[in-house]
Amino acid sequence: MRASIDPDHPLLAAHRRTARRRDAIVAALALACVAALVLDVVTGPASLGVRTVIDGLVRPGSLDPTAHAIIWQIRLPQALVAMLVGAALSLAGAEMQTVLNNPLSDPFTLGVSSAASFGASLAIVLGISIPFVPFDAMTPINAFVLAFAAVLVIQALARAQGGGAQTLVLFGIALVFAFNALTALVQFIASPEALQQLVFWTMGSLSRASWGAVGLLGAVLVAVVPFALLSARQLTALRLGEDRAASTGVDVRRLRFVSLFRVSLLSATAVACVGVVGFVGLVGPHIARLLLGEDHRRFLPGSMLVGALLMSLAASAAKLIVPGASLPVGIVTALIGVPVFLALMMRSGARA
Amino acid sequence: MTRLEIAGLSVGYRGRTVIDGLSLPAISGGGLVTLVGPNGAGKTSLLRALAGLVPAGGQVRLDAIALDRLSLRDRARHVAYMPQTLPQGVALSVLETVVAALLASPASVAVASEADAARLALAQLDAIGALDLAGRRLDELSGGQRQLASLAQALVRGPRVLLLDEPTSALDLRHQHEVMDVARDYARRTGAIVIAVLHDLQAAARISDRVVVLDRGAVAADGAAIDALTPELLARVWKVRGRIERCSHGTLQVMVDGIVG
Repeated sequence: MRASIDPDHPLLAAHRRTARRRDAIVAALALACVAALVLDVVTGPASLGVRTVIDGLVRPGSLDPTAHAIIWQIRLPQALVAMLVGAALSLAGAEMQTVLNNPLSDPFTLGVSSAASFGASLAIVLGISIPFVPFDAMTPINAFVLAFAAVLVIQALARAQGGGAQTLVLFGIALVFAFNALTALVQFIASPEALQQLVFWTMGSLSRASWGAVGLLGAVLVAVVPFALLSARQLTALRLGEDRAASTGVDVRRLRFVSLFRVSLLSATAVACVGVVGFVGLVGPHIARLLLGEDHRRFLPGSMLVGALLMSLAASAAKLIVPGASLPVGIVTALIGVPVFLALMMRSGARA
Repeated sequence: MTRLEIAGLSVGYRGRTVIDGLSLPAISGGGLVTLVGPNGAGKTSLLRALAGLVPAGGQVRLDAIALDRLSLRDRARHVAYMPQTLPQGVALSVLETVVAALLASPASVAVASEADAARLALAQLDAIGALDLAGRRLDELSGGQRQLASLAQALVRGPRVLLLDEPTSALDLRHQHEVMDVARDYARRTGAIVIAVLHDLQAAARISDRVVVLDRGAVAADGAAIDALTPELLARVWKVRGRIERCSHGTLQVMVDGIVG
């Protein structure tokens, strides 16, 4: 029936070589992340020598109490949170781009982060939350509920409109405006203390990163990533079109719903820990796609690693741009992200 | 011989009925069936209903299997649907594209390992004469090459029913022939049922073993092209004046002389 193909066929060998090269790229990205983490811990306004910091990481006992506090209570948790947030946002962006079939999607551009931020502000300022939620959990849970609601709205609009990439992004921008206005309204009536807390949400910053945040982000990623990877083959099939994927046995509706649920969880957790950080979820997957292609078994982990790397480098840059002060990291990612967003917008506009 | 039976099939969108109780004499495998008809006749709706992509009433049986009762996943064991085009801007190679169809739902196709899938996919590309495309990226392909890649993706699971939605509408003459020949060869070689929606009557007349003409959601004619396509039918369904003649090589020619009214 079918001509049989020799396992050593040159085209199969080439296919295997490509796979091995991409595995090597994933490994290199992981190493680069470790290097970026060290760089991030080494940089900071307190002038600690590189040597001191690295010694202090390996043998914490060798540090004087001040240096110990700076490294172990400030720099290391901040650096880890930066990485984990980068990984979470970039994975969320990668999944959104695939399930919404839109290269301009990420939690920030489509308003998911703004929605989460508004949810958080409701909890912080007004103490409004869904019933029976303990006070400490109100902020992240509110962020999640609003993020998920935003995602559902986006999905419904995408379905009803059936329009091109730009239409969906315009809906996203409308959501950004709407939730930013609502957050501003809450700010207007907030007490000075709550207002200070709120500013932190709207301008993504690592300054409050703690070991608690590291734990929360880590736990969410550990819970979500295996399911994302289990869906990788179906997501790859979905890239070739919804009907085609359905015809190969993929339950597209369910895949999309579950994937967007993961997206909400990842975005909301990221926002709950550092506020709104833009564009990492947009740029990370695009770089990963260029390096690794779109077989999601490599594309998804690759996106996470690129996102982690970008965010880590942005965190270091935020400490270096203005000597002696650390800028909110959201400012840095926006400066990098906006030109990339525009370039993508123009390219997909040319294609439409 | 594989047989597909369609009885009382109905399809509607948002309260509007597109196909109402359509029945066809059993379609047997080994040949190419084309679905033709004017715009809005329900061709694509019928095809999508057979693929299980739109909710439909009525019965669709493949031999002893009630396809209409199967989940999408189980249906995928038997039926492959090929949409008009592959999407743009996908960073996959042709081989990866074909492999993706095998790996998406492993339960519905026997693939032992990833290496096995790559081998099957390459053999499929070879079978349709597209081996040289394997390592190319989808974005670098011409329209005709993309359609061959798309066809390989649909064929690789070895479907007993292959549904093609306007597979040639974006192609030049040579590639139209190439794609339809591959589809017909698949039917002849494997005894599968191949149903293609075509816009081009001329192509349908040339290549079909059986032509089903749809008009406003109902069957207007059904049979071998020479019997099904008549000047009266052209006038009634397409509102054109035309002739159907056999040329000196024996192939049917549909000639349109003008529009009616």
